[in-house]
Amino acid sequence: MLGNEAVAEGALAAGLGFYAGYPITPSSEIAEILSERLPQRGGVFLQMEDEISSLAAVIGASVGGAKAATATSGPGFSLMQENIGFAVATEVPCVIISVMRAGPSTGQPTSPSQGDVMQARWGTHGDHPIIVLTASSVAECFRVTVTAFNLAERYRTPVILLLDEVVGHLRERVEMPPLEAVTVVERARPTMPPEWYFPYDENEGDVPALAPFGEGYRFHITGLFHDRAGFPTLRLDEIQPWVERVFRKINTHLEDILRWEEEGTGDAEIVLVSYGGSARAARHAMKVARGQGKAVGFLKLITLWPFPEAAVRRLAGEVKKMVVVEMNRGQMLLEVERVVAGRSQVVGVNRADGELVHPNDILKALEG
Amino acid sequence: MSRYELRLAGDGGQGLVLAGLILAEAALNEGKNALMTQSYGAQARGGPSRSEVIISDGEIDYPKVLSANLLLALSQDALDRHGRNVAKDALILVDASEVERAMVEGMMRFPFVETSRKIMGSEVGAGMVALGTVVQLTGIVSHRSLFAAIRHRVPSGTEEMNRRAVQAGFKLAQQGGGAALHSQPALASRGQKGGR
Amino acid sequence: MTEHAIPPEHEYLRPNKKFPTVWCPGCGIGVVLGAIIRAVGRLKLDKNQVALVSGIGCSGRMAVYVDFDALHTTHGRALAFATGLKMVRPEMKVIVVMGDGDALAIGGNHFIHAARRNIDLTAIVINNFIYGMTGGQLSPTTRRGDRATTATYGHVEAPLDAARIAEAAGAAFVARSTVYHAVETERLVAQAIEKKGFALVEVLSNCHTYYGRLNKQPTPTQMLRWFRDSTIPVGAQKNGGEEKIVRGVLVDRELPEFTEEYQKLIARAQGKKTDEPLRAATGR
Repeated sequence: MLGNEAVAEGALAAGLGFYAGYPITPSSEIAEILSERLPQRGGVFLQMEDEISSLAAVIGASVGGAKAATATSGPGFSLMQENIGFAVATEVPCVIISVMRAGPSTGQPTSPSQGDVMQARWGTHGDHPIIVLTASSVAECFRVTVTAFNLAERYRTPVILLLDEVVGHLRERVEMPPLEAVTVVERARPTMPPEWYFPYDENEGDVPALAPFGEGYRFHITGLFHDRAGFPTLRLDEIQPWVERVFRKINTHLEDILRWEEEGTGDAEIVLVSYGGSARAARHAMKVARGQGKAVGFLKLITLWPFPEAAVRRLAGEVKKMVVVEMNRGQMLLEVERVVAGRSQVVGVNRADGELVHPNDILKALEG
Repeated sequence: MSRYELRLAGDGGQGLVLAGLILAEAALNEGKNALMTQSYGAQARGGPSRSEVIISDGEIDYPKVLSANLLLALSQDALDRHGRNVAKDALILVDASEVERAMVEGMMRFPFVETSRKIMGSEVGAGMVALGTVVQLTGIVSHRSLFAAIRHRVPSGTEEMNRRAVQAGFKLAQQGGGAALHSQPALASRGQKGGR
Repeated sequence: MTEHAIPPEHEYLRPNKKFPTVWCPGCGIGVVLGAIIRAVGRLKLDKNQVALVSGIGCSGRMAVYVDFDALHTTHGRALAFATGLKMVRPEMKVIVVMGDGDALAIGGNHFIHAARRNIDLTAIVINNFIYGMTGGQLSPTTRRGDRATTATYGHVEAPLDAARIAEAAGAAFVARSTVYHAVETERLVAQAIEKKGFALVEVLSNCHTYYGRLNKQPTPTQMLRWFRDSTIPVGAQKNGGEEKIVRGVLVDRELPEFTEEYQKLIARAQGKKTDEPLRAATGR
């Protein structure tokens, strides 16, 4: 199965009801598959006029109560940034899949990159929290896609699934779990009568329920700073609690949101830190190095944002060196350096020319 | 067999992606691990195209070819691009009519494209013919697994034609690869790069 | 209790919102708001089944005042948001309120494609020839020779005709009126809501604060007189007479409607013929 195909399967397993997108390499297989599969289950597939309207339609459908997603790559991801911020501000769940390709600009559409890691974190304007996940195998594409929908619905937030061309266009064996074994989270619906309903009421917890349009709640959604009812406000006593809550709902649930995997870190002197397609090169290199008797471990990030600080912090100081492997000129490297704060040596193995990192380059970085 | 890497390279429209897909699936049918990647340019037809298949008894981490154990080149361009990035004892199979200049000692020439034209009327089956030859020469998968994968993967109605293409490939392998071309030193300084 | 013990204006306005509105005194947008809620009242629509989607600009704030589900979106994208909502809630009446800059400049592409799909949305473009909220900059409908805060020497570009674009793109219904003709606007909005398909009502409106002051019509009254005198009902234009802006229903035609066509597509995908409403997307 193809990585992109596993993403489509994961989205369907998670309960996708609406997809809107615009064709772009190397993500188009996701759209092609869903254009066939979604109508079969009564869902809606739309090819929109651009990526801006694609995410807009996705948010509109989610407001209508559907689980909704779009998929794109670099240039389209850039166009989606404004509406990602809208979904953050209005707390409308949705999933944005971006299969990273080499860039900037048109770059090399059929070649991989991980150049959009910082854009996924900070691409939309205004300070905001965001959840970004990635995957490094076809099987993981399926699992993490389901997780992306679950986190989006649970925390009323856009979730970005940031894949790369290596994984999106990789074909390998995947054992599909039976659908009944897939945990699917449904959006909390309000239980109170409409006249008592406030879509942004912090008395209802960090994640108030979101009523779908068309069911009698008749509330207002805006990208402006808003009060608990969703109306625009200029009052600091209404804005400040909202800002606090939107960050708090992510930052106090890190144990649920953060995912990573460790291998051989217990006795490691050097730890390779990687994610997505690059993690394949890193794990290969780790095995070669271990075969040569070197104490090398591997930390694979699945949640990219919020950054899994705890995992890195625990290893910092315990190991001599951390080697951050990624297909960019050093984006997560900055985060690792920040968290390690000088307690271990940190070096990067970086490539941004559209080719996957070569294991030999990683092995070289283990020396010295 | 720890890790066996095959790179199938040529032009778009020669059926190389399908051939790679079928080989990977045939290996999976035998309980091995296999993965496949493909690389292509902007062109849907023509232009360079390649697929890479890695087969292993163990886990496959790095998904790209590190040092090909087998290179199939259906065009001179494919050989120029990828001829260097191969293992010392690699099998190198080239198309007898498309590849005119030699680059590597001991490479084997087969009329893949010509055979495809005879069977399918175009070069669309060149990859399938070559797949037959690859399987026959390496024994990397059984005929039985290969045909099961073909039945599963080719468009319905074309099973018989693809079966004939693969069988023609078996036959080419049995007949031997013809005279190996001799290396032309002039080419060695051209500085080809693996991949783009 | 008589039928209109509570006037429909009040029934469809949010009881918990403070008035006056954010709009300048005398602004035409309030007239359009009135026309919309009266049209909804005239059609006796269930207010739980009406959504108002708006963009950014003065007109975008209308979503606050109506007692419907209301979505105040990003600049230019209201029709795209509305498209997603309508596809998963096809039973809802979705009214999309935009300004001229919103619908025709930044959102011009979505405007064309929503009309092309002929999706059952009621698109109301409040055309005041200028960007009001940001301070009087030129818009795609600013006329040649007009002044704006970014057209200090007079505008040298041609204006865009929303109605003709909608017609060319494939809208089922196209109408135009002005805020001077409030009753006519209400009637046209009601017709547009009832029409199955993409229905545009362009309403010429007064921004006396910016457009008027910069173009020698600084009061609402002057601008309303201009709308009265410079427009003419469909069919009333005389040959050789002064060229006037035509009001009324400009296009009304039967074309395949998108949500209905999509329902048929789903039936085909499921290998059956069914009239079951398109509901599975929301898991209901």
